[in-house]
Amino acid sequence: MSLEQELANVEPDRIEVLDVSKSFTTKRGTLAALENISLRVSEGEFVCLVGRSGCGKSTLLNIIAGLEKPDHGRVLASGSPIVEPGRDRMMMFQEHALFPWLDVMGNVLFGLNLKPGLNSRERLEVASYYLKLVGLERFTHSNIHELSGGMKQRVALARALAPNPRVLLMDEPFGALDALTREQLYGDIQRIWEARRKTIIFVTHNVREAACLGDRVVLFSPNPGRIRQEFEVSLPRPRDINSVELAQYSSEITAALKGFTAGEEVAE
Amino acid sequence: MKRAATSMLFFALLIVLWEALSRTGWYSPVLLPSPLFVGEYLWQAAQDGTLWTATFVTMRRLIVGYLIGILFGVPLGLLTARLKVFQDTIGLLALGVQTLPSVCWVPLALLWFGQTETAMLFIVVMGTLWSVIIATENGVRTMPPTYLRAARTMGSKGLHTWVKVILPASLPYLVGGMKQGWAFAWRSLMAAEIFVTILTGFGLGQLLHYGRELHAMDQVVAIMIVIVVIGLLADRILFSPGKISSAAAGVSERLIKQF
Repeated sequence: MSLEQELANVEPDRIEVLDVSKSFTTKRGTLAALENISLRVSEGEFVCLVGRSGCGKSTLLNIIAGLEKPDHGRVLASGSPIVEPGRDRMMMFQEHALFPWLDVMGNVLFGLNLKPGLNSRERLEVASYYLKLVGLERFTHSNIHELSGGMKQRVALARALAPNPRVLLMDEPFGALDALTREQLYGDIQRIWEARRKTIIFVTHNVREAACLGDRVVLFSPNPGRIRQEFEVSLPRPRDINSVELAQYSSEITAALKGFTAGEEVAE
Repeated sequence: MKRAATSMLFFALLIVLWEALSRTGWYSPVLLPSPLFVGEYLWQAAQDGTLWTATFVTMRRLIVGYLIGILFGVPLGLLTARLKVFQDTIGLLALGVQTLPSVCWVPLALLWFGQTETAMLFIVVMGTLWSVIIATENGVRTMPPTYLRAARTMGSKGLHTWVKVILPASLPYLVGGMKQGWAFAWRSLMAAEIFVTILTGFGLGQLLHYGRELHAMDQVVAIMIVIVVIGLLADRILFSPGKISSAAAGVSERLIKQF
């Protein structure tokens, strides 16, 4: 299989979340992380899930990844139920979760090595392609601890992209980075999304980030975790996080977010 | 270099102080031998070979016992950290038994195995095994859980996860466990050698013991110094941080390539 074939050989998935509920039992009682969540994400769509911490957005991402099971309801990837993690749905974490005992290349190869149908030369080619895509071709053999926070997340992005998944699940991947590095990565992720056509589900609590990246922004409220409102962001790409149009969207979304959390506080 | 000179000066000063104290005559030379006598004993013991034989016997016991402890302790520690069943059984047992000073195993070992090498080995293994299990378990537990989640999303399962993720991720902590195991093995062996006198080999602990029986305080002190020096050397040579991490990296790389 040539590099071109391997790269072309994927279609983004459609993700359907159907009436999903999930609760956790803790010492303080039962916590309804998600209650009757339904969400549809089309092929190649970029959807951002926004809400305060504890509103279940990360739990939903884990369920879509197949790392957790819902108590109730189903999740379908292009029609087939999701029962376990699969390399069609790769995940990026806030803590980069790179393996420090492997170098940059070793990390990107980790998932590729588990993917059948490629020989070792092809794997190296594919890994090099993605390292170039995230701009780290000069750091192929660097140790993970030598890299800056932003570079680590780029490696994590390359590692997630390398097995050529249909869906990319991102759990606050830029949460721990400084503002300037984040801005750079917003540009990169938009560029890569356009180049590689993935369905992306992106969890964040940063409204502006969500408005900058998403086709659609889905707002969650906690206790129990529910979807409250959705916003279409119809701005042309690439979007600049500092643009005035974006600021309007983000203030509108922030107002909505404040609105229903304030209402809840009164209700309590 | 400067630090080595500081250390040397410090120890020279200690010896001078010791010599001065013994010359005051405040203490009987039977109780506080001059460093010159201790040095003389060491020289003699080195000349007639007693010292080398004893060191060899002790090191052989130590290494065999230690390796057995590691061989069983590391896998058990890994299992204890990852599987609830092991945690609630072996883990609990290890936690309890490791509080038992290894010298407490001596009466049991003597009754079970008599005055034999097996008794000696048993005591060393009992001193090592449990602490290695505990240290290994702690090491694996401190591994960030996202490693496992990341590995699972990339399609890693079962043995692959063990060999390629859990083992390399906990390797630095395993080394910590092995170091602790070494310290425990060394202490328990000394206890064993002092209390179990056997004819198949005279270790350092036995030389110490006979020094006391013969009121040869120069021998007692000399052997104590030898024990300290061996402990120090082992710590510096075997477990110096740089060497260990690079050796560990080498081992894990080879493991990973073979798999």
